[in-house]
Amino acid sequence: MAAKTFILTLGPLQFNWPAQKIADFYAAIADEAPVDRVVIGELVCSKRAPFYADRIPAAVERLERGGKQVVLGSLALVTLERERRASRELFEQTEHEVEINDLTLMNWVRDETLFSIGPLVNVYNEVTLAFLAGRGARRFCLPPELPIASVDALAKAGQDRRLGVEVWAYGRIPLAVSGRCYHARAHGLSKDSCQFVCEKDPDGLPTRTLDGEDFLAINGIQTLSHKYANLIGRLDRLAEAGVTGLRLSPHTGDFVAVTKVFSDVSANRISAREGLALLRKANPERAFTDGFLFGDCGAASLSPF
Amino acid sequence: MTAARKLELVCPAGTPAALHAAVEAGAHAVYCGFNDETNARNFPGLNFSREEMAEAIEFAHGRGAKVLVALNTFSRAGAFAQWSAAVDDCARFGADAVILADLGLLEDASRRHPRLRLHLSVQAAAANADAINFYVRSFGVKRVVLPRVLTVQEIAAINREIEAETEVFIFGGLCVMAEGRCSLSSYAAGKSPNMNGACSPASHVEYREEGGALVSRLGGFAIHRVAAGQPAPYPTLCKGVFEAGDYQGHVFEDPVSLDAAALIPQLAEAGVTALKIEGRQRSRAYTKAVVRNFRRALDDYAAGRPIAAGELRALTEGQQTTSGAYRKTWR
Repeated sequence: MAAKTFILTLGPLQFNWPAQKIADFYAAIADEAPVDRVVIGELVCSKRAPFYADRIPAAVERLERGGKQVVLGSLALVTLERERRASRELFEQTEHEVEINDLTLMNWVRDETLFSIGPLVNVYNEVTLAFLAGRGARRFCLPPELPIASVDALAKAGQDRRLGVEVWAYGRIPLAVSGRCYHARAHGLSKDSCQFVCEKDPDGLPTRTLDGEDFLAINGIQTLSHKYANLIGRLDRLAEAGVTGLRLSPHTGDFVAVTKVFSDVSANRISAREGLALLRKANPERAFTDGFLFGDCGAASLSPF
Repeated sequence: MTAARKLELVCPAGTPAALHAAVEAGAHAVYCGFNDETNARNFPGLNFSREEMAEAIEFAHGRGAKVLVALNTFSRAGAFAQWSAAVDDCARFGADAVILADLGLLEDASRRHPRLRLHLSVQAAAANADAINFYVRSFGVKRVVLPRVLTVQEIAAINREIEAETEVFIFGGLCVMAEGRCSLSSYAAGKSPNMNGACSPASHVEYREEGGALVSRLGGFAIHRVAAGQPAPYPTLCKGVFEAGDYQGHVFEDPVSLDAAALIPQLAEAGVTALKIEGRQRSRAYTKAVVRNFRRALDDYAAGRPIAAGELRALTEGQQTTSGAYRKTWR
């Protein structure tokens, strides 16, 4: 099969990493990762942002020098006064595209605004896609929950409008957000007095059933899947659907290596089977899934390929 | 502060019988849905056929009550016409409003039925004035059901900044996640409230006796475990007992339901227009009792009388109640 030309997007970091780790991460991505776009910006909790905000301008500059398009990502759930202000301020710059993760931000979109729609915005059908496209959205990352039949229809709708449609291809899947902080709660604290306990869990706090079965992962106000989405085996099918982009969501470990596997499989430099073996070898403790797209439920094991 | 405002009581109607009961018990408005995936309570045996809806609207109007129809799931790609046709039917039957969440459906309804009143569902998760104003400006939404994550002070601030009316939950089941944006159920069981109108569906529930304990499972995942012989809780995913680090317990939410009756005066002062009772899946008897109780509370408040402590404890089925997020300590 011909090489698939996907735009590889690095999604916004979901976790509370120390500032130096964040700086090092983006430097490595800038210099070595074969990704096209990088979304940068606090997605989960506005309390975290002040700790690393001063590292972002340098990260942006280095990413751009590395040939990456930088996109500024918004918060997933905007509630507080200062969050509304920060959201509005994202649009005060016109140099970078903004990724909208909460429809609050649509309040400030004007004709000339450069923006795309993130995976936490509910684009489930063609009419919603058309509405947002009509308001100027230039690219869509689809909700990870969508089955392949919906992806087929939406990718086609995107193609008809020459707009990029991307799917969540690697990483723990965002399943829910809340006004309550579950990390704080699990430590007997509240959101206001959280002591930033979420920084103890750089890939999320594993949440198991009473059977001891791995089930979910907590990250501040966010609940993620335990399993990591991994679509490495299904890139042909996605290309066939008209999907034009893959979102790789940052985790610990050698993430540059993860991006290289996706790039190599896309370009047919290695097979999907080899790609999966490499990803397994890099992180043997991770369980993978493509259940939302191809299985009975989001937690289903990887479909055979 | 001026004389007590008149609040509208919006009550759930899972079936035609429950709708009759709610109206007769004093509901100012009832909300209901069609028996398909166009609404977020798509459970077997629940909801209204087209014919039942038309009759229900006629009945309610005859008693001076309003009918709000929930079409609050996110239309499926390739099947938008099903949702669009449901909006047409509501307009034709004379529904007082449709409760929507999907952007595409809001756009479609506002364009093709400019006189049909649009309410924004809690499933749109519009939790601040900016989000609400986007919906008001884009589609002419007249009322928004506020997500259950706001304090009374935040609600008051929102009401000062928006043109639309607000409706808040006052009693019933609690959803702790931003609604319309939760895939927990489809992760475990392949069905989501957003797409299918189902959460923790019965089709994927199993109760199993395992070594002297009764385990309630959803999609195979253990959600609760109680001693054999105890009533097993229904395995609603976010109400389960899990282990997260050193903590073992109700990681997401305790098995509590909302009862914010005590906050009626504060909610009224915060500028709220309507109070919503959750519970379309409840029995007719339950609905009647809850509605009667809250109608009396609202009448007391409107007349400047103290709100009598109600008989609601029995109705929360032994569960503890909470005032939810209305007080800031919930976060």
